[in-house]
Amino acid sequence: MPTMNMIQAINSALDIMLDRDPTVCIFGEDVGYFGGVFRATVGLQERYGKHRVFDSPLAEGGIISTAIGMGVNGLRPVPEIQFSDYIFPGFDQITNELAKMRYRSAGEWTAPLTIRTPCGGGIRGALYHSQSPEAYFTHTAGLKVVMPSNPHDIKGLLISSIECNDPVLFFEPKRLYRGPFDGDPHKVPTWANQPGGDVPEEYYKTPLGKAATVREGTDCTVIAWGAMVHVARKAIEQAEINVELIDLRTLVPMDIETVAASVKKTGRCVIVHEAPRTTGFGAEVLSLVQENCFWHLEAPIIRVTGWDTPFPHTLEWSYMPGRKRIINALKKVMEP
Amino acid sequence: MADSQAELSQTRPSENDGLQEPCLRVPDAPHRPGEEPRFSRFVQQPADLPCPDPLADFSELRDHAHGLVRVLDDDGVACGAWNPEVSTDLLLEGLKIMVQTRHFDSRMLTMQRQGRLSFYLESKMEEAVAAAAGLALESGDLLFPSYRQQGLMLIRGATLLDMACQCIGNTRDNGKGRQMPVHYTWKKGNIVSISSPVGTQFPQAVGAAMAADYFGRPQVVATWLGDGTAAQGDFHYAINFASVYRPPVILNVVNNQWAISTHRNLATGGRSFAARADSYGFPGLRVDGNDFLAVYSATAWAAERARRHGGPTLLEMYTYRGSAHSTNDDPSRYRPADEGRFWPGGDPVERLKQHLIHLEAWTEEQHELLNEEVAREINAVVKEAETYGTLNEGPYDPPETVFDDVYEELPWHLKQQRDELLEEGE
Repeated sequence: MPTMNMIQAINSALDIMLDRDPTVCIFGEDVGYFGGVFRATVGLQERYGKHRVFDSPLAEGGIISTAIGMGVNGLRPVPEIQFSDYIFPGFDQITNELAKMRYRSAGEWTAPLTIRTPCGGGIRGALYHSQSPEAYFTHTAGLKVVMPSNPHDIKGLLISSIECNDPVLFFEPKRLYRGPFDGDPHKVPTWANQPGGDVPEEYYKTPLGKAATVREGTDCTVIAWGAMVHVARKAIEQAEINVELIDLRTLVPMDIETVAASVKKTGRCVIVHEAPRTTGFGAEVLSLVQENCFWHLEAPIIRVTGWDTPFPHTLEWSYMPGRKRIINALKKVMEP
Repeated sequence: MADSQAELSQTRPSENDGLQEPCLRVPDAPHRPGEEPRFSRFVQQPADLPCPDPLADFSELRDHAHGLVRVLDDDGVACGAWNPEVSTDLLLEGLKIMVQTRHFDSRMLTMQRQGRLSFYLESKMEEAVAAAAGLALESGDLLFPSYRQQGLMLIRGATLLDMACQCIGNTRDNGKGRQMPVHYTWKKGNIVSISSPVGTQFPQAVGAAMAADYFGRPQVVATWLGDGTAAQGDFHYAINFASVYRPPVILNVVNNQWAISTHRNLATGGRSFAARADSYGFPGLRVDGNDFLAVYSATAWAAERARRHGGPTLLEMYTYRGSAHSTNDDPSRYRPADEGRFWPGGDPVERLKQHLIHLEAWTEEQHELLNEEVAREINAVVKEAETYGTLNEGPYDPPETVFDDVYEELPWHLKQQRDELLEEGE
């Protein structure tokens, strides 16, 4: 099985879906001729033609809204929003139109979009190339929200998302594109010989709504998604605590079964995400754990998150949850 | 048509005043309650504008963006290059749809006043915009209307009963009672679900037209929004994407002068919505929206242009909102109560009627009979509609159906919430 990085895995998924389904089309800023600023669509326009993979004007609101119209009229568009920080001009169209199309038409009309968008920090991107806006979308009924953390999952989940008849917000943690960033800003890891780095070339699906248990443990459950999965894994190794690590992969619908079974087993829970704390998706996970596992809990649940501030430039490592912040939380949750 | 530059002029402080006095220019409506309504007269005559080949370069249509495409003159005679020369059968069909729409609107308004509907929006005095456009398009063409084109529903095979059931939201509403009245969806007739956020349908229609070209279908997509909404970002996304990809789309700005209390002077500092298309490199036509034949002709022209791969057209339908914005609105608070009497564009039903009488295809007596017949029909429709449930007494769809159609399949968290709701009911 070849090693792919996440960009290659995305490209492979798009290639397969363009080949399998003539209604799949890709468009967005720089994605056509150039192949995308992160190179996710390289070679696809050449292979499938300009009407299948094409460039758009610089107008995220226009990209989302025209994609909805294409979806309504029989296509399965996979628009790209170049950075999730720039998705907000399309917010009304996503939350009021896309998410509600099936409901408000009593099932008559649907728009099966998969909106791909790079998210997250750790690339010196400052306020507007670093955000993790997933919680704005998990709050809206009618959307599915996905954030994979490795090449194998991102390919399988992207194929599942494109085939899904519901609209999917597909967040790609950009710091992971080239390798499993583990919290050390000076290391530039690659996906070679890393879990999830081996990616089949052929078609396969990773199911939506299913979390992955990254490592098994007995004393505490850490729930994370996106880049934080790898930072947490490294922190857990260094903390020398027997921790079970769960990668949610899909935020909506969330895999409550896997989460609840784990917390019931370990009795302790730490939730790690990059987005700001207040009303971040961690608050929802925490509530669900509390509702489902209260009588098994031996300590208060702790959230490790980005701060409730904008995302800073030079001080980004002070903002991003790092190993130390996670280890401190693990120690605290393990206090007798 | 001369327009309202004079209405817009305001005194600015002289240079000697420096910047000590506020000089922000805020336009106002040309007339407010208690003032005499001031409308520019329609100076453009039906014979004034040529009708170029639908594939003409947009630069040949600049006069059309500032003028007014008209067919019916003041005596109800069809003339000029834009006369579509359609059959009297088609005209009679259009007349009937407009009459049905007006009666239906009026009856639904009454039902709202009686507490039997939650809300209503009339299309009074704008009926030709939907009726003529709908008849000029083909049944496979995809429509993205706003909430004031109810005539399209009748053209696309919905019955007055279907519409009444939607407005009530009863068990026979194909929208399952989810949306407010007039927010129709009619997939059988290629009418896309209408939403309340204004203008969102405009760029969606452009995308749908791009899909038509993607598949190589001979399909045209048409969409409508109002003059107030032409200020939204979605309008500008739509017109720009339309200019870039040149898909087969007809973008209609229904300029009915008012968006609730916001006069069109607040929607734009320009004089013509149609003229916006010029800077995007495609034709914009200003059309007498109360002239059934002009609306039909301009729409047919734009549809032919689109079907022959000539790309998009922007049509400004110049008309008048003859009713309140909605049942929650009282226009006497912000426009003269008798404003409608001063509106120079006439009544689309009266004008088409006059034309048909001129053609000797219709009489006043027949018109009166039509009015009576439609009124009777609507009485029967309302009676039948309420047998499927009323707004206040139901029956409605079962409560647990609120969870249907959020997703294709019910995820666990919605199943859990559904069970909670069902427990409430026990």
